[in-house]
Amino acid sequence: MGWMAWTLPTALFFAGIAALLVAMTVWQTVSPGRDRRGFLPISTSRGDRLFIGLLAAAYGHLLVLALTDWPLWIATAICVAGMAIIMKWG
Amino acid sequence: MKTYNNKAWWLVLPVFVLVAFSAIIPMMTVVNYSVQDIFDPSTRYFVGTEWYREILADPRLHDSLVRQFIYSFCVLAIEVPLGIVVALSMPRRGLGVPFSLILLSLPLLVPWNVVGTIWQIIGREDIGLYGWILNSLGLDYNYASNPRDAWITVLVMDVWHWTSLVALLCYSGLRSIPDVYYQAARIDRASHWAVFRFIQLPKLKNVLLIAVMLRFMDSFMIYTEPFVLTGGGPGTATTFLSQTLTQMALGQFDLGRAAAFSLIYFLIILLVTWVFYTAMTHNDDKG
Repeated sequence: MGWMAWTLPTALFFAGIAALLVAMTVWQTVSPGRDRRGFLPISTSRGDRLFIGLLAAAYGHLLVLALTDWPLWIATAICVAGMAIIMKWG
Repeated sequence: MKTYNNKAWWLVLPVFVLVAFSAIIPMMTVVNYSVQDIFDPSTRYFVGTEWYREILADPRLHDSLVRQFIYSFCVLAIEVPLGIVVALSMPRRGLGVPFSLILLSLPLLVPWNVVGTIWQIIGREDIGLYGWILNSLGLDYNYASNPRDAWITVLVMDVWHWTSLVALLCYSGLRSIPDVYYQAARIDRASHWAVFRFIQLPKLKNVLLIAVMLRFMDSFMIYTEPFVLTGGGPGTATTFLSQTLTQMALGQFDLGRAAAFSLIYFLIILLVTWVFYTAMTHNDDKG
């Protein structure tokens, strides 16, 4: 695995994504969700909202890096809050 | 309460393994590279998000990105309407059908680097048909030294290579429209324009979305043809994103920066593809 040039932060990042996918699978198995319409202009499933939230988080981090000198944890905090809003009301 | 048998999910396993090795594991490696300064496999330093900050402020990326969007927009603006016109003018029955299908398929069978070489010769003002005709008409055409001519040649080359794909997709869409629609239009004495606007175009919507998505993705990732034809020049006039990325990764061996660049590139394509996918599935849901 040395050729993959792992670092602790990237390992934690991917472990987080994997844990998120496992958690979503368990959630869907235990309590199946269905498509619904929130403030997003399309009807979405939980998985759709997770994907939209992750994509928005990636762009959010890039925007903060491109336009500000803020430390990255501020971007992460904003994106986590955004993800929660999308999952709940999206 | 268990009502479903989920054993069929095991059938997805081979695809998952294949995608893991062809896409997921290489992508994880790129993410790992993007946060490090790599000199050789054993000498690498964690730099956090430094490469992302640098790349996002890099004028080379901005210029390539603008060029890339303009290029993809021009490709779609020319190839989609032209493909529809070609499909509408193709014969519906008789010997003309296989003849026109084979004729349209020919450019699609030519490899990218060969297309670049063909147009490198065709565009020459001394021995190339295209370049010679333009110069004979009094136009000062030289794709190797004039950025405008280089752009036109790269666009014409793409139109020559890929309009067939749009035309073939549209033709298949047109062929799937039942005759009863045309019979109803004849009874109503609908004009050609009305038939196109109210029967053919709505029925072509899904096919056109696929065509636009394919052509956008392909034109947004274009590398070989302009690289062979112009080498990205004159200057950097036809240097698109993939060529800038290749120069960074292989020319300068700047793997960390190139990895950050390719992830940003990937996010742009992912967003656009998701928008197209959502538009298509949303249309299907509406029936």
